[in-house]
Amino acid sequence: MSMQTRHIPDRLDKPLTALLLSWEVLLLVVAISIFIFNSFASPHFLDVWTLSDMTFNFTEKALLALPMALLIIAGEIDLSVAAIIAISSTLMGFAAQFGFQTPTLICVGLAVGLACGAFNGALVTGLGLPSIVVTIGTLSLFRGLAFIILGDQVYKNYPTTFDYFGQGYVIWVVSFELVLFLLMALVFGFLLHFTTFGRKLYFIGRNPVSTQFSGVNVKRIKFILFCLTGVMSGLVSIALTSRLGSTRPSIAQGYELEAITMVVLGGVAISGGAGTIPGVVLAALIMGLVTFGFGLLNVPGIVMSIFVGFLLIGVIALPLLWKRFLWVFKK
Amino acid sequence: MPSLSLQGISKSFPGVRALHNVNLSLYPGQVTALIGENGAGKSTLVKILTGIYQPDEGSITLDGKPVALASAQSAFALGITAIHQETVLFDDLSVAENIYLGHAPRGRLGLIDWKAMNQSASATLAKIHVLHIKPATRLGDLSIANKHLVAVARAMSIDARVVIMDEPTAALSAKEIGEVYDLVALLKSQGKAILFISHKFDEIYKVADRYTVFRDGELVGEDMLANTSQNDMVKLMVGRSVDRVFPKRKSEKGDVVLKVQDLSHPTEFDGLNFELRAGEILGFYGLIGAGRTEAMKALFGLTKPSRGSITINNELIAPKSAADAILAGLVYVPEERGNQGIATGLPIFMNVSLPSLKQTSKNNILRLSEEMKLARHYTERLDLRAASLSQDVATLSGGNQQKVVIAKWLARQPKVIILDEPTKGIDIGSKAAVHEFMAELVAAGMAVIMVSSELPEILGMSDRVIVMRDGLIAETFENKNLGAEQLVRAAAGIAA
Amino acid sequence: MIARQFKSREILLALAIAILIAGVATRSAEFATPRNLAQAFNDSSILIILALAQMSVILTRSIDLSTAANLCFTGMAVAMLNKFHPELPMMIIILVALLWGLALGAFNGILVWKIGIPPIVVTLGTLTIYRGLTFVMSGGAWVNADKMSPAFIELQRQLILGIPVLSWIAILVIVVFVIFMRATKQGRNIYAVGVNPTAAVYVGIDVGRTKFVAFCISGLFSGLAGYLWVSRYVIASVEVANGYELNVIAACVIGGISIAGGVGSVGGAVLGALFLSLIGLALPVINVSPFWQMAISGAAILIAIILNARSDKQKGRLILKKAQNP
Repeated sequence: MSMQTRHIPDRLDKPLTALLLSWEVLLLVVAISIFIFNSFASPHFLDVWTLSDMTFNFTEKALLALPMALLIIAGEIDLSVAAIIAISSTLMGFAAQFGFQTPTLICVGLAVGLACGAFNGALVTGLGLPSIVVTIGTLSLFRGLAFIILGDQVYKNYPTTFDYFGQGYVIWVVSFELVLFLLMALVFGFLLHFTTFGRKLYFIGRNPVSTQFSGVNVKRIKFILFCLTGVMSGLVSIALTSRLGSTRPSIAQGYELEAITMVVLGGVAISGGAGTIPGVVLAALIMGLVTFGFGLLNVPGIVMSIFVGFLLIGVIALPLLWKRFLWVFKK
Repeated sequence: MPSLSLQGISKSFPGVRALHNVNLSLYPGQVTALIGENGAGKSTLVKILTGIYQPDEGSITLDGKPVALASAQSAFALGITAIHQETVLFDDLSVAENIYLGHAPRGRLGLIDWKAMNQSASATLAKIHVLHIKPATRLGDLSIANKHLVAVARAMSIDARVVIMDEPTAALSAKEIGEVYDLVALLKSQGKAILFISHKFDEIYKVADRYTVFRDGELVGEDMLANTSQNDMVKLMVGRSVDRVFPKRKSEKGDVVLKVQDLSHPTEFDGLNFELRAGEILGFYGLIGAGRTEAMKALFGLTKPSRGSITINNELIAPKSAADAILAGLVYVPEERGNQGIATGLPIFMNVSLPSLKQTSKNNILRLSEEMKLARHYTERLDLRAASLSQDVATLSGGNQQKVVIAKWLARQPKVIILDEPTKGIDIGSKAAVHEFMAELVAAGMAVIMVSSELPEILGMSDRVIVMRDGLIAETFENKNLGAEQLVRAAAGIAA
Repeated sequence: MIARQFKSREILLALAIAILIAGVATRSAEFATPRNLAQAFNDSSILIILALAQMSVILTRSIDLSTAANLCFTGMAVAMLNKFHPELPMMIIILVALLWGLALGAFNGILVWKIGIPPIVVTLGTLTIYRGLTFVMSGGAWVNADKMSPAFIELQRQLILGIPVLSWIAILVIVVFVIFMRATKQGRNIYAVGVNPTAAVYVGIDVGRTKFVAFCISGLFSGLAGYLWVSRYVIASVEVANGYELNVIAACVIGGISIAGGVGSVGGAVLGALFLSLIGLALPVINVSPFWQMAISGAAILIAIILNARSDKQKGRLILKKAQNP
């Protein structure tokens, strides 16, 4: 070894085709295609207000998808996000009945989200339970509590200043929700791709044991992720409650599966350890475009879900089939 | 006539030629040893013999008749069975079911007859003189050695003609290894053709009649063992003569770096006392399950000791996690490289920089160029063979993966480095590189603990040797005129 | 040892059910009468069938999130078949339900087996696809009681030996599962694949194919449950059993079926489903609002997994002699 050491380069030059075939570029192509298709399909589509309305279709779920992506990259999952929205919305409504004003309501929404996330995190990291079953349990528990408090009642009496979060516009056609989403996408993108915290998530997702052996406090990071997911659910709860202007215990039902669909469509490996925030943002955009495009064509939302279902399976299946095709072809 | 004969077998995977034009013959009542470095194609061959892989070219004959081993089931049905290194059986199923899965006795309506299955299992176990294992026991409740016996019973549950044993003694204690040798003799006397894969030369000479050597997927030699010396075989295996196995070094010991006093755990180890000086390699020898790895995990903060103290440079440390130990200057290269050492799917440089992210980042923001610099510095010192630092560690060989693990710890510039079975399962070339590097480390003043079950390695590398037995320190030796027998006796608890 | 633990886990659950029944009976003795308990079993039947179907998938380290959507789609299919062809005998209806469900399950299974997509992704996709197709097929319309033939509605309510056909079907399914899981090669392969997929390959089990079979079983019985559900609640719509897949998984979890695969029993799944439905039935009896049910079952799931995890927790290795012979 005293001999001359051999030099190892940082990276090999990748062929341009590899870049062009990257997941994010593929998603971008799909998004642009749908956009062009939509603009031909309906003359109203290219109207700025139409486009602005479109964003409401995906911003709330996309806000859930951001922390969910981090969680799935770290090898965990949270099925209780929509239930956290329900309990947090219910408690905000409860507080509003006593005349509490908007700042208090926001604190309630975020605090309830944080508490629920911490509860999930404690069960998963403290007791070492699998997150998928824990959050199936807490999903029933959290939404169940909303049902206990509300029953078949509705909370409606929110202060008028509360309307801004789901109905307000920052400037012109740019809604508060859209700005919130873009801001959060930047924050989460930065967190995942440019910080040591983000780097550790990939390691935890790939191999939690060797990561722990490398001196990373795996449990603490996972706990933080669950708390983060909880707080974001609280945030979405504020926006959604404000947009709807009312709370029923069934609020946001099924959002968890749509958020997970966005994450997977965005190229995050469901087994953990791979994925990017730009991918998730593009996937959210695609789902919004599809929903809205079908809406313009008067196709009911549920039919759109068929398309999303096939899209989800298709985008996962195609690369696998392509790889196999290449392998057979080479032989 | 051979029981099983392979002619001209070739097998390729994307980018890798695993086997090229290989021949192999196994004779009834004979043990053939298969020898080769890691990556020589042994495991591919086993997978072809057991029907898991299909060869690209070549033919297989069984008792002179050509056969196709189209699936694991068809290979098994033809009487070709394998006992794998890490018993690949089912912990949550019963012993009887593990023996009969896939060919269970059927009763009325073609349903599985559990009573008959349990009876046949007892009978089969009795055939290999095993009476202490009950068929209804859950397999997971047995020791590794007993699991091996169940795997052999599975082979005996059909009239196996060919038995493949893939490093069957790798995880066993001396007593258990003896039992495996008895079993091989028994199978031999029953006329089975046996393929015995092992890295241990002394073992090969003890149990085998013939040998076959593979190198880089090709057959490079075969003969009766009686005609070949151990040295010739090593030459065949590596393709060059290995004159200097262990680096010679002067031991210049410095001050005491690590001091362990009365370290104890309720069930794993008790009253451990030892010191380690700068520039010293302290070997830990013992049988598998003597508590060595468990003690190291306590030093590294992974398990909590019930009593005792650990000091580094006269400062008391009480590591509650790996992070604490690393901060105190103690790092641990674990035995299970794949599970505990690296994270596959991620590039080399990230694997190396993970414990040093604090140094390479600024305000918790990553700086890739710093990471690359760090990774290059340490991997090049270890002569890592890789196309680039952005290469996925999964694509590296076992030896090079081990270099990545060691590089990641050196980057922390530790005071004490614990290497747990540092050369287990890696090829001879990488082994030498690791040994030489250990010598460099201590020369630079680092203190090294080396846990190893390989006697030559312990004797060749250590300054002092601690032998553990049943969770206690049995004896401590200065490595001067130390013989292998002394260590084995201490490990097994046999009086001199 | 573990075999004993499994048994004790089921006994524990049976005990919890007995305590639940006894507790409710102190409020209302009516609850514990054989008649009422038989009724309770009848009410649990569909969940029992679905839990067993789900179990076969979970045992192979997979998950089927599409069971409720399958149930909904198949239920609509047979309801519409009945609406347009009321003359068709019930045997045909049931056969169609089984085959329809099987086809949907096989579609999941093929994607898992032949393309290698993770089960959770596949069934997340087909969950929305199957429900969407229900809408397309029905045009969003409901099939109500007045569009269903009397035989379609009444079959499961007929009494044999004083017990409704629905209960008999559940009993039959339980018996089939006991035999299948315990005494057939395919059933044992399902366990083997879950316990150790690598070892399964080595003993000649096709892991992908075994998962495919498990998904087919799940689909088959979800389809059967589809007919039973629609004829029991005499309505077929896109909203049928929305979100019910999580209840089914909850029943399995409470029944001690490990989400990590390979561990779990028919008895456990049945008891888990019974426990979950009994809670729902007991609430009105003790004058608790039905709105409490969801939270209580959530708490039950959490308690069940915490208890199960306790028994799995590893202690340190036994190396010291003194620790071995205290």
